[in-house]
Amino acid sequence: MSLSPEQQRDMLRQMQTIRRFEERASDDFHDGSIYGVVHCYIGEEAVAVGVCAALNQDDQIISTHRGHGHCIAKGADLNRMMAELYGREAGYCKGKGGSMHIADFGIGMLGANGIVAGGIPIVTGAGLAAQLEGKGRVAVSFFGDGASNAGPFHESINIAAAWKLPMLYVCENNLYAAQTPATQTLAYEDVAARAAGYGIPGVVVDGNDIFAVHEAAAEAVARARAGDGPTLIECKTYRWRAHTERVNQPDYRPPAEIEDWKQKDPIARLVQHLKQQQGQLSDEEWQTMDDEIMRDIEASVAFAEASPFPAPEAALDDLFAEETLGVRHG
Amino acid sequence: MVEISYAQAGLDAVAEEMRRDPKVFHLSTEAPRPLVEEFGADRVRATPIAEGALTGIAVGAAGSGFRPIVNWSSVTFSFVAMDQIVNQAAKIHYMFGGQVTFPILFRASVGGGTRRAAQHSQSPYSMFMNVAGLKIILPSTPYDMKGMLKTAIRDDNPVILFESGRLDGLKGEVPDEDYTIPLGQADIKREGSDVTIVALAWLVHEALAAAETLAAEGISAEVVDPRSLVPMDAETIRASVRKTGRLVIADEAGPTAGASAEIAALATEDAATFAALKTPVERVCALQVPIPYSPGLEDHVFPDRNKIAAGVRNVMAAG
Repeated sequence: MSLSPEQQRDMLRQMQTIRRFEERASDDFHDGSIYGVVHCYIGEEAVAVGVCAALNQDDQIISTHRGHGHCIAKGADLNRMMAELYGREAGYCKGKGGSMHIADFGIGMLGANGIVAGGIPIVTGAGLAAQLEGKGRVAVSFFGDGASNAGPFHESINIAAAWKLPMLYVCENNLYAAQTPATQTLAYEDVAARAAGYGIPGVVVDGNDIFAVHEAAAEAVARARAGDGPTLIECKTYRWRAHTERVNQPDYRPPAEIEDWKQKDPIARLVQHLKQQQGQLSDEEWQTMDDEIMRDIEASVAFAEASPFPAPEAALDDLFAEETLGVRHG
Repeated sequence: MVEISYAQAGLDAVAEEMRRDPKVFHLSTEAPRPLVEEFGADRVRATPIAEGALTGIAVGAAGSGFRPIVNWSSVTFSFVAMDQIVNQAAKIHYMFGGQVTFPILFRASVGGGTRRAAQHSQSPYSMFMNVAGLKIILPSTPYDMKGMLKTAIRDDNPVILFESGRLDGLKGEVPDEDYTIPLGQADIKREGSDVTIVALAWLVHEALAAAETLAAEGISAEVVDPRSLVPMDAETIRASVRKTGRLVIADEAGPTAGASAEIAALATEDAATFAALKTPVERVCALQVPIPYSPGLEDHVFPDRNKIAAGVRNVMAAG
């Protein structure tokens, strides 16, 4: 599937939006206006954007603790995202979730999830729902190399393969599970090779090459929609920042390795491609795009700051679907 | 009215709700044959023995507009799925700000008495009561089973139905027509004036037997069945205790941080109920050990009608 220059510019805009959003989230976390924990997606933007560009709005995805990029790529509203990070009433989860639990079911974003591998069975259930409905929807599980060693990954892929569920399992192999190198936890370097054991296709792609990611995803989506079952796609990529923004977790990765991966910047690669190979992006246009994105990020912060904090007693809302239930202690 | 077993009441309730609502489907490691024959293998799926995944699948399908039923068979196997139950199913509605509902029915048998030893004999419902975001029911009769199970399937939240394995063959009357029983309403299974016995599941029937024995001794026991552990109908329990002035709690689980402890607290932290108590609260629970295999050992560990009657005599003697 070839992408038009306009589509490519849209993908570039999304990737840069993710990067600028993460830079701001990181700054504001260190300033104290965002609480708890933030996991930045910088360096891995081509995976979320490349995959989501192959999806329709009613297709569903599930994310991880590193979820901002998937939200943005699926079309989430920056204002409500930033308001959630700020813990405000206008946030996606009314301030109950924060960075690790942003969800927008209206656009098929079934949530970031704070448990490694915890989302994989859940989105597999969305895949089952899609199959039962028979309307051609697909569901996508994003997860990391760390999750690929956990039981829910294996159990879910086995079920999806046995039932031919319309699923994509997208492994973002950034070479580290938190701080532990994948070389210490995987005997074989390619997670995708495990697909053979479940009788489904497994492909390895350069996760910093958005065209490679998109092509693999589009092929897997077509396969899923045709009723031919799931595909495991492993995207080799790298996060530029530490596992979390929390200062109590130092980054032990070799600086030379980090620098090396920055040379493979997925955004710079797409910019170069558009500028040189196709002449579809001038320096001015790129600058204008970035300025617009920065204005959007500023606007999201202004939106967040203008939203009130939730009333303390709102902590009792939403425990159950009913408004009030007479349950003990609230 | 028709007389059916506790187990059949559960099966009938599921079948009726599947007929009523095409969004209801069933996941379990062994697909119930009568349901497969009526609804097909798409809606009644036999899953791999992977409780964690199938529990999570139910969460995702529920969030996508379906109403899944997951039968873990025994509560023993639910422990394999604890992340999906505690971190996902229970919290997902709340932590996402109530964006969509997650209507899921989980089923699990509890209890002992079947000589299956520690891993297949347990009643850990209080562990789940401690997790905010789960409704928990524990019916004791075919009538309650069918009516509450149907309500639970129609409920928009995750509900765990704990069912007593000892009661599977128990027969009882249920109406021919559709009926439901609201969650969170206790049922007074026998009226009395001297002592309140709050009993759970199988022990409701043991308490009723004990009440017969005690009646011959001139003691009038009221037997209250909470039926629903979350939400718990504290007011019916308190009103009964205010009437009788004495409280005995019978639970097949051990006492430590158990449902029995919660019931005792609910009764005694209410000023009027506390003031009406003539004697300390008595708990008749399993011993706080894993359930042993050999019949003499197992029977020693569990409470029964004799131990309940003895507990009642204790509180009667105390004042």
